[in-house]
Amino acid sequence: MRSLIRYLLKNHAFVLFILLETLALAMVFNYNSFQKATYLNSANRVTGKVYTIYQSVTGYFGLTKINRELAQENARLRMLLENKPDFTDNTDIIFLNLPAFDSVYRFIPAQIISNSVNRPFNYITLNKGSRHGIKPDMGIISSSGIVGVVGQVSESYSMGLSLLNQRWSISAKLKKNGYYGSLIWQGTDYRTAILSEIPLHVDVAIGDTVETSGYSSIFPEGILVGTINGFSEPDGENYYSIQVKLSVDFKNLSHVEVIENRARPEIEELDKILRDDRQAN
Amino acid sequence: MIGRLIKYGLMFVVLVLIQVLVLNQVQVSGYINPFIYILFVLLLPVSTPKYLLMVLGFLIGLSVDIFLNSLGIHAAATVFIAYIRPLVISSISNREEDRNEYPGLRQNKFLWFLSYTAIMVFTHHFILFYLEYFTFSHFFTTFLRILLSSVFSIFVIVLSQFLIFRE
Repeated sequence: MRSLIRYLLKNHAFVLFILLETLALAMVFNYNSFQKATYLNSANRVTGKVYTIYQSVTGYFGLTKINRELAQENARLRMLLENKPDFTDNTDIIFLNLPAFDSVYRFIPAQIISNSVNRPFNYITLNKGSRHGIKPDMGIISSSGIVGVVGQVSESYSMGLSLLNQRWSISAKLKKNGYYGSLIWQGTDYRTAILSEIPLHVDVAIGDTVETSGYSSIFPEGILVGTINGFSEPDGENYYSIQVKLSVDFKNLSHVEVIENRARPEIEELDKILRDDRQAN
Repeated sequence: MIGRLIKYGLMFVVLVLIQVLVLNQVQVSGYINPFIYILFVLLLPVSTPKYLLMVLGFLIGLSVDIFLNSLGIHAAATVFIAYIRPLVISSISNREEDRNEYPGLRQNKFLWFLSYTAIMVFTHHFILFYLEYFTFSHFFTTFLRILLSSVFSIFVIVLSQFLIFRE
């Protein structure tokens, strides 16, 4: 025992090196469990504050573009409203009269305070947190399409996985015929992702619109993902490999909306019952 | 002693902020992503005890990790270069009189500092990028990224020595 202690003292640098490396690598490989400790991700108070200050300075540079986008979206929404036959100017009645209005979803506006596109796992940090009603696993969209999903939330900031993150995939479908598959980013080009699991007999053409399928409780159905840029038929497979040009420009992103699905607890409960059932059998 | 503590403490904070707010926001191109915060580990005095080097390296790596949501990879790479630092210093300074208490550019010859920086930066980037991509399937693409980013980091670090950190 004494000789062991003497050995450890003599080689304390090496022992410490092994200890610290083990700790660091444990963090790398048990990524999710470590990140649940909210102070170990960018949504914590210090990093959130730093990114907010940074954003308050650099945010001015993109204002022209943001204003243009907001005006465009306003125009689009106004057009949608005016074209509804039973539209009246009373806001209370809009909610009652619109047949397609689905009160299941609620949108919380937020601002991106940090973002990246060139790493294999890209994350975004938002300036809203649990105080504003944001919870983990809510969807994030912008006016031009799907952006990501919320990962961890602190009191006033939240960290989300961007669509440019190989750690998750979304369920997407072809708008014209409803066939759905899963969309995964390949880790190289921030403008394109790959849609797989679309069977070969389906009619696919360049320029087709790809949107969310609504099969997950994160995103509503019909949110734009992108357009088909090219496709190939890999040898020996029954599925296309479709390149989708993403509609969101991730390099130039500032204002987003976080989607709350109010029916989510109910859906999850049903899922849980199904899972338990399967395990019981 | 207190003066030193403040100086290195300030350097720690400034380097982390420059890293996450400037170099990681301004993406030069898809391939280049310089990491210059390891300048902190490079510039610690030669007589710094090994355990302190590694603990400080771990802390600065972890700080960058928290900002970038890449838990563990910067910490692992920085601890490694902190561990090999005494070895690198003793192997590239061939004569005893070459050694200086401070491994900065001002106190040493340009070539000495350049090779010191090059070895440390390349080792750090090598571990960092392969740990991040964690696959050898894009071996050469990743290697190209490492090379280009290393060159850029070395350039920025040497340049920073000319401009600031001169005391």
